[in-house]
Amino acid sequence: MTERMLRAAGVHVQIAGRATSLLADVDLAVRPGTFHALVGPNGAGKSTLLGVLAGDIGPSAGAVTLDGTPLDRLGSRALARRRAVLLQQNSVSFAFRAREVVAMGRAPWQGSAAASEDDDVIAEALAATDVTHLADRVVTSLSGGERARVGLARVLAQRADVLLLDEPTAALDLRHQEDVLRIARDRARAGDAVVVVLHDLNAALAYADTVTLLAAGRVVATGSAADVLTPERVSEVYGQPVDRLTDAAGMPVLVPRRR
Amino acid sequence: MSGETVLPAPARAGRGRFATTVVVLAVALLVTLVISLGAGQYPLSPLQVVEALWHALSGHAAPSPAAGVVTSVRLPRIVLGVLVGAALAVSGVAMQAIFGNPLADAGVVGVSSGAALGAAASLTFGLSVLGTWTTPALAFVGGLAAVLAVYAISRSGGRTEVVTLLLTGIAINAIGGAGLALLTFLGTSSTREQIVFWQLGSLNGALWSSIALVAPLVIAGVVATIVVARRLDLLALGERTARHLGVRVEALRLFVIVVVAVLVCAAVSFAGIIGFVGLVVPHLMRMLIGPGHLRLTVASALGGALLLAIADLIARTAVPLADLPIGMLTALVGGPFFLWLLVRTRRQAGGWG
Repeated sequence: MTERMLRAAGVHVQIAGRATSLLADVDLAVRPGTFHALVGPNGAGKSTLLGVLAGDIGPSAGAVTLDGTPLDRLGSRALARRRAVLLQQNSVSFAFRAREVVAMGRAPWQGSAAASEDDDVIAEALAATDVTHLADRVVTSLSGGERARVGLARVLAQRADVLLLDEPTAALDLRHQEDVLRIARDRARAGDAVVVVLHDLNAALAYADTVTLLAAGRVVATGSAADVLTPERVSEVYGQPVDRLTDAAGMPVLVPRRR
Repeated sequence: MSGETVLPAPARAGRGRFATTVVVLAVALLVTLVISLGAGQYPLSPLQVVEALWHALSGHAAPSPAAGVVTSVRLPRIVLGVLVGAALAVSGVAMQAIFGNPLADAGVVGVSSGAALGAAASLTFGLSVLGTWTTPALAFVGGLAAVLAVYAISRSGGRTEVVTLLLTGIAINAIGGAGLALLTFLGTSSTREQIVFWQLGSLNGALWSSIALVAPLVIAGVVATIVVARRLDLLALGERTARHLGVRVEALRLFVIVVVAVLVCAAVSFAGIIGFVGLVVPHLMRMLIGPGHLRLTVASALGGALLLAIADLIARTAVPLADLPIGMLTALVGGPFFLWLLVRTRRQAGGWG
């Protein structure tokens, strides 16, 4: 029996006609019940890796498997029932209401027994992301942060056990950032495999079980947040000296050294 | 009304609104049809119209010459108008869904002129390899080539910017127009007349035999759009997200492109280029019942049929003893509407996005 996990093995991604690859020799294993953060400087390949894990980008070499099955062998609907993806870009072309957008997350379950729970699942997802009061608003009229939360509600409504979130906190204010990270951690506690691309290293330190630090398309280090995000390594990879301090609650925080 | 009104369960309210819209459109369509059948050089009262239809349906001879005019001249023309209106409106819905842009329309992006070019070619060169299906088949090929071209050129990342879409449309329309001009030049005086008629758009001269060709195509196209409606909703989230939700985007796109070509060729083969129906009708329906594609397709089919039925009534009766080109009428309404839509889109998007 194969172990249950989302796994990338020896993944290379190269764009035709370009010498440097976007990802080189990337190995990654995301087990159920883990909050796995992908961090790294701009252009390190975080979003590309997320795209590969989602099955959007076929690797030029290597493979991505879910519980031992290559992603491209799973049917599109079977895959949609297993993994949900939140992209940074959450615009909607037509004036759908927020509730309708969240309901679209139920599409993979259409015609299955799970479809009978649609209303409850949708209501729960709206409540979890604090957008119940926006349910009847037209998404195109919402602010960026509100749209991002509606997007997250849609992802939650999909009820997949692998969640891939690309910078879900980017457009959000402080409180909603923490809300989103808490939701992601709760999903991991409930047994989902959660992969989150994060820019905020302190959020990774506070929430992630596992951190993978990428730079220039390669994995620099993988392990527990405290082991990976040492001030020395972060300083070197980002080219910016940082110090690790301890906050009032005793949690480690990284602070850039400013002159 | 106070500011804080308690809304009823939105799903149910939406359904009620949809049902009302459909009923109102259907009743308006029926009323327009009866009035239109009675209007013209031999005027009939609505009662006489119903009587004439009854006689025709039960296989009796027409009770009067006027009743004969109703069933053999006016009825096919009106039925063709209804079919063409539904086809154009639904083609607009389908194209807007895959372009992710509410300004896509068969006339605007040049699909109609591609189809007209194909149809005109069959006529000018006297082609009849496929019998009566030759003209629709060539119109299909021309339309398909035009949608594929616009699609390949104007999209990026699953969406189409307004500017790119319109500029591509200008180019495709120019090519189609040049082709039609060449065929006009090459043709005999009778084919020339036919081509000019195509460019204006007209339901004049509709025969039951042409309806036998158009009806199955329109029905197939509308049903196909209804079948994929829920997947079209997901496309509004962007292509990648639609794929994450289990939609096989490439297959869906190709399917919808073929459906659009079928609908447009059905509309153009016997009625020529009737512009803006695919733009105006889906837009109005979205304002009434929201953007969900299942309801939108049903309501737009009815709305398009109603719009052309009304336009045809005006075309036949506005000027005594003259038959105005119906494409001119729809452009007269659609052109200003399109401008308004452009201004609004630009304001909302804060640019040409």
